[in-house]
Amino acid sequence: MAAIKIIDYKAGNAPSVMHAAGRLGCQADFARCAEDLAGASHIILPGVGSAGATMKSLGELGIINTLEDIVVSQKSALFLGICVGMQILFEHSEEEDAACLGWLKGRVVRFDSSKIRVPQMGWNRVRFRDSGLGTVREDCFYFVNSYHAVPGDSNDTWGTADYGAAFTAAVNRGNIYATQFHVEKSGEAGLRLFKRFLDMRA
Amino acid sequence: MLTKRLIACFDIIGGRVTKAVKFQDNIDVAPAGELADTMYKEQIDELIFYDITASSEKRGIDIETVKSVAKRVFIPFTVGGGIKSLDDMYEALKAGAEKISVDSMAVRNPQIITEGSKAFGAQCVVLSTQVKRVGASPKIPSGFEVFIDGARVATGMDAIEWIRRGQDLGAGEICVNSIDNDGTLAGYDLELMKLAEAAVSVPLIASGGAGAPEHLKALFTETEAQAAIISSMLYSPRMPKNYTVRELKTCLADSGVNVREPLD
Repeated sequence: MAAIKIIDYKAGNAPSVMHAAGRLGCQADFARCAEDLAGASHIILPGVGSAGATMKSLGELGIINTLEDIVVSQKSALFLGICVGMQILFEHSEEEDAACLGWLKGRVVRFDSSKIRVPQMGWNRVRFRDSGLGTVREDCFYFVNSYHAVPGDSNDTWGTADYGAAFTAAVNRGNIYATQFHVEKSGEAGLRLFKRFLDMRA
Repeated sequence: MLTKRLIACFDIIGGRVTKAVKFQDNIDVAPAGELADTMYKEQIDELIFYDITASSEKRGIDIETVKSVAKRVFIPFTVGGGIKSLDDMYEALKAGAEKISVDSMAVRNPQIITEGSKAFGAQCVVLSTQVKRVGASPKIPSGFEVFIDGARVATGMDAIEWIRRGQDLGAGEICVNSIDNDGTLAGYDLELMKLAEAAVSVPLIASGGAGAPEHLKALFTETEAQAAIISSMLYSPRMPKNYTVRELKTCLADSGVNVREPLD
């Protein structure tokens, strides 16, 4: 039995992710404290806003140690980070010089606005390497971001897109998945990808 | 590469979509939720809702309509109209909107752009502005002036100056509405868009005047606009022919414009 938990914090867009899960016929619950994560099979960390603000919100929920225990140490749940929920998995973000979770090696840097319009806003084509979710076909997904991740280990890059230059649009390492784009706002392509994640078992 | 976006824009009165010409004479089109569903199925890239009577009726945005749409439409949508404070923004975002559009209110209180941008990120704050050709003058050097309150009230502000300032204040995207071209079906004001693109580095949305696929092609090949608002072409009963999103995208793709192809 899947136990899907969507972390709900002040700046996040947890309701949109909940609506998407509902559309896919999946029962999910909001998690607003460490206890809410108990028994989770899938944990989703939505994100909007800045990496620093998100780290602060998670700190205020008192959820970080439990999250690390479940996802990184025990690996008992599948994890999906979305947008800023992907960025904070790295060690550091340039945005407000924020220290992040450091589950993945690497950092988050700003797009070069001398070459392209920043933020990146709109639908961009993403190509994927194979992962535990199988083969995801190349498709357009919706992005809204001024910053993007530069993984320290290129094996962690799961999806790649181009904006000025190629950038990491999605990452995967074991049970950890994350997308810079919004699966919950990427139409049917996003819902299909989200469903694959929710249908997978740890 | 990032694709060019087609945005359906709904002017909402009492939960129903309406269509105006030059910001006046709104006629009824369809219930907002129903039309949002149709547009989603046609794979429009984005939706914008303007609660166009919220300000004049001195009430907040129609949050129930926002919530009902958020449950069935899984593409980004922006809401505007009746947003006066950070709390209003927070409520609309929590209801499922991605972005908040500020227009007349931002002219009266420019700090709301900065406050919204700091609280929710620049990507959440769209500065929308109503622009009219008035001829160049010392006060309006570009010849384009900002109007507010449904294009009825002149502000004496230069439009190009205002959008530059809007970016500096923290807007993450700017929507430029041509009052002169609105509802005329004569094409976008490309001159206005070229001035705008030179003034700012954030993404730009063009609005006002689209009546044929060629207008979209001209916008995307001759200017740096990343998105186009289309509404008459999609659903106005005044149009002799309405287009599907697929028809428009096919036409753009055939012209070499990078668009998100509809899935089967």
